[in-house]
Amino acid sequence: MDKFRMIFQFLQSNQESFMNGICGIMALASAQMYAAFDFNCPCLPHYNLAYGLGILFVPPLVLFLLGFVMNNNVSMLAEEWKRPTGMRQKDPAVLRYMFCSMAQRAMIAPAVWISVTLLDGKCILCAFSTSVPVEKLGNLSYTGLSEKEMKRILARIPCKEIYDGQQLIPSEVAVRYLRCISQALGWCFVLLMTMLAFLVRSLRPCFTQAAFLKSKYWSHYIDIERKLFDETCTEHAKSFAKVCIQQFFEAMNKDMGMGHPHLPEKTPSEAGEEKEKLLGITDQGTMNKLLKSWHKCKPPLCLHQELFQNRNGWAGESQPLGPVSLPKREIIAYYSRV
Amino acid sequence: MDRFRMIFQYFQSNSESVMNGICGLLALASVKIYTSFDFNCPCLPKYNTAYGMGIMFVPPIALFLCGLIVNRQSVVMLEEWKRPTGGRKKDLAIIRYMCSSIIQRAMVAPIVWIIVSLLDGKCFICAFSGSIDPEKFAGFANLTQMQTQLLLSKVPCKEDELMRNNTSRKAVSRYLRCWSQALGWSILLLLIVVAFLARWLRPCFNQAAFVQTRYWSNYIDMEQKIFEETCCEHARDFANKCILHFFESMRTEIKLRRFNMPRGEEEGEGEADHLRGITDQEQVNKLLKTWYSGKPPLDVSQTIPRQPSGKEGACTSVPWGDTVNNRWAAAQKANVSRQTDV
Repeated sequence: MDKFRMIFQFLQSNQESFMNGICGIMALASAQMYAAFDFNCPCLPHYNLAYGLGILFVPPLVLFLLGFVMNNNVSMLAEEWKRPTGMRQKDPAVLRYMFCSMAQRAMIAPAVWISVTLLDGKCILCAFSTSVPVEKLGNLSYTGLSEKEMKRILARIPCKEIYDGQQLIPSEVAVRYLRCISQALGWCFVLLMTMLAFLVRSLRPCFTQAAFLKSKYWSHYIDIERKLFDETCTEHAKSFAKVCIQQFFEAMNKDMGMGHPHLPEKTPSEAGEEKEKLLGITDQGTMNKLLKSWHKCKPPLCLHQELFQNRNGWAGESQPLGPVSLPKREIIAYYSRV
Repeated sequence: MDRFRMIFQYFQSNSESVMNGICGLLALASVKIYTSFDFNCPCLPKYNTAYGMGIMFVPPIALFLCGLIVNRQSVVMLEEWKRPTGGRKKDLAIIRYMCSSIIQRAMVAPIVWIIVSLLDGKCFICAFSGSIDPEKFAGFANLTQMQTQLLLSKVPCKEDELMRNNTSRKAVSRYLRCWSQALGWSILLLLIVVAFLARWLRPCFNQAAFVQTRYWSNYIDMEQKIFEETCCEHARDFANKCILHFFESMRTEIKLRRFNMPRGEEEGEGEADHLRGITDQEQVNKLLKTWYSGKPPLDVSQTIPRQPSGKEGACTSVPWGDTVNNRWAAAQKANVSRQTDV
């Protein structure tokens, strides 16, 4: 258990490596699913192709969509895409970055399924057994078989127990032929995918590196901001509930008109602390307004008002004060760390 | 558990050993994929060679590319190669060192695949069964050309009806396997000798320059990681402040007593430290762009004030290895400039 906890901590410390971990797990799950799946070729002329190609392509589609569903950044992307502009402009480059990184990760499990399927060979054997070149591999002139009859016989190649065309074409020859082609396709597919991945990864620093750094930073920022907002709201809800209940008990005490009122459980300083945690939002209407405002009009990405705290209680204007005095002070603050 | 934790920490701390670990994992994965792969020689005249050679060489290429992709240092090296010069000159020796170490590590898994497949022999037998001299083997001597080709191409398939009871098949198979294993062991021996010589003879040539390039390549790697971590920390504090400010601005719209402004100010000071003065979107964008287009010089001895307008080209670009001399020169310059500024 301790080992698992450590592995979890290690993966979670870096958000990207956590996503990579999920990716790897899905790839392994995909290979395991294929191994556990009981392939069952129908061995009938037209059904073979449909079944074989269906098993080759439908599960990857499902795995791709599952990859998106399991990635909890999808809702973040949708939120960022659909929110009203408010005081903070939207950057399409950030949205593109988020979408691309999610799509890349979601593509791994389907690619693993298709590679494993092709390298195993059963799907291609089932799908294309009727297209085996009999003139090259077998005796075409065996009997005057109609085309339909021949296809019916060839369709039974994947099912060894009921195959009856040993004189037409030996089943081992056909199986070897189709499996060889399937494995060749499989390795070519693997090579193509790795080459694509390599090109995508290596060409990026050659173009748009500065824009990439920007998009990466802001997409992390959006994710962290969302999480912190949820945490802040949870804490706020907790304090709200505490103060609400406390006030209710006090009101009950007063109503019942006791001789000497029961002291509240918490000392006054603690009660004050809880109220402070409310950050001034103390009723339902204001809270609703806050949540609505968070969605409709996200605050601008500008914290200058923090450093020049003025006590006039201004309501979040976006222009910083005294633009001339700002740069110098920032340089000092920045370089003093260096 | 303690040992496990120590191993994790050790691997995380030194990125070279992380890379070595990944390289080893990839080599093991290569062996595992080979053993679980169901080799299926087509036993047809022209297809055999294509299949055999394909299985011997295509997976190694894919494994090599995998090795390059999985290695974080390859991206770091490309970034270092392609970045604008800015305040820091580029040293080609470092890029060459990083490139060679990346390629060496990426080559391990493909070589393991090739050697395992040669020592196993199936690929070789499949590919070259049609190319042997039929005169040497009794069963294939007195046949027409086409028949010989057909029979020879069926040698790898033991279960084939033509080959089931054929003793010459075993002879051919043993012969090819022997060649395959000899080739495999020779390649292994050659590679090990080359690796041994390279490692042993390296200190004889230019050891000082080598130590320097190794240091700076580690430095670039560390710097990149720490920059990313710092950006993450910054984003976290930025988000924190943004949200708190949002709550406060909501508060000021309804009239309430200000009770936590003093506390907020202290916190503001502490958090502003973390923010290092970068407090809005434009500044963050500018910081990231400048990090890419003009990396700072490698000199942390004193704070050399930058030109406020950020003229990257005008910065004195300090080359990598020459820090001692340049530190002295920069110290002189900084003293002069500090005096004039104050």
